[in-house]
Amino acid sequence: MSLQSPLNKVLGLGSAKEGSAHWWAQRLTAVGLVPLGLWFGFSLLGLPHGNYDLVAAWMAEPAHAILLILLVFTLVYHSSLGMQVVIEDYIHVPGAKVLVLVAVQFLHVILAVGGVYAVVLVSVGAGR
Amino acid sequence: MARGDRPLSPHVSVYRWQITNTLSILHRLTGVLLSLGAVVLVGWMISVASGYEAYARVNSTLQSPIGGLMLFGWTFCFFYHLGNGVRHLVWDAGHGFEMRQVRASGWAVVAFALLLTVGFWVSALASVEG
Repeated sequence: MSLQSPLNKVLGLGSAKEGSAHWWAQRLTAVGLVPLGLWFGFSLLGLPHGNYDLVAAWMAEPAHAILLILLVFTLVYHSSLGMQVVIEDYIHVPGAKVLVLVAVQFLHVILAVGGVYAVVLVSVGAGR
Repeated sequence: MARGDRPLSPHVSVYRWQITNTLSILHRLTGVLLSLGAVVLVGWMISVASGYEAYARVNSTLQSPIGGLMLFGWTFCFFYHLGNGVRHLVWDAGHGFEMRQVRASGWAVVAFALLLTVGFWVSALASVEG
């Protein structure tokens, strides 16, 4: 037996009004990270890490740059959703909880901007 | 009675550790460690954008013994979190909830993570020497 009102059933909302969006975003980014993560992990195996020019040229390749930007976005989004839940579950001091949540969100935005901008810079030939 | 002094029901510490709860907390732990790894990943990307010298510094740090050990740890975290994440997605789709299946999929994920971590580094070290 469901305790949801007919209206809430239609809207798909729980008592928190927003939990399902977080849940879905966590899953969809997870699905995206399976191919992106495997691609990147096994690309690292083939990279000549000691040769800067070859590494930069690999990163600048359009297909690689696009996949790297997708990886950064998806990874950072997935990470911020996951870290948010961990903080909510384990930090119980009210003020500290909000402070850490906000700080970690800011750090994730910085990571996303930094990663994407770095790939764009390498793509236009920075550093070479 | 003050709010904080109320008796608590038996807490998680009274339960026996088993494969199910161990893998559950390991999923969170590897997730947090991988978030730290994301910082290193972006740092590595920025070093490539910054030029030869910045890249050489980051690359030699990552190839130092401590750097290598951390990369090895992140490799295990990555394959474990990926395998167990897929296990979670299968649960989300409504499958594999029998205890026998939960234990079997848990051990399968552990085997998957160990095999791929070792395979990855055997292949990485072989390509360095080859």
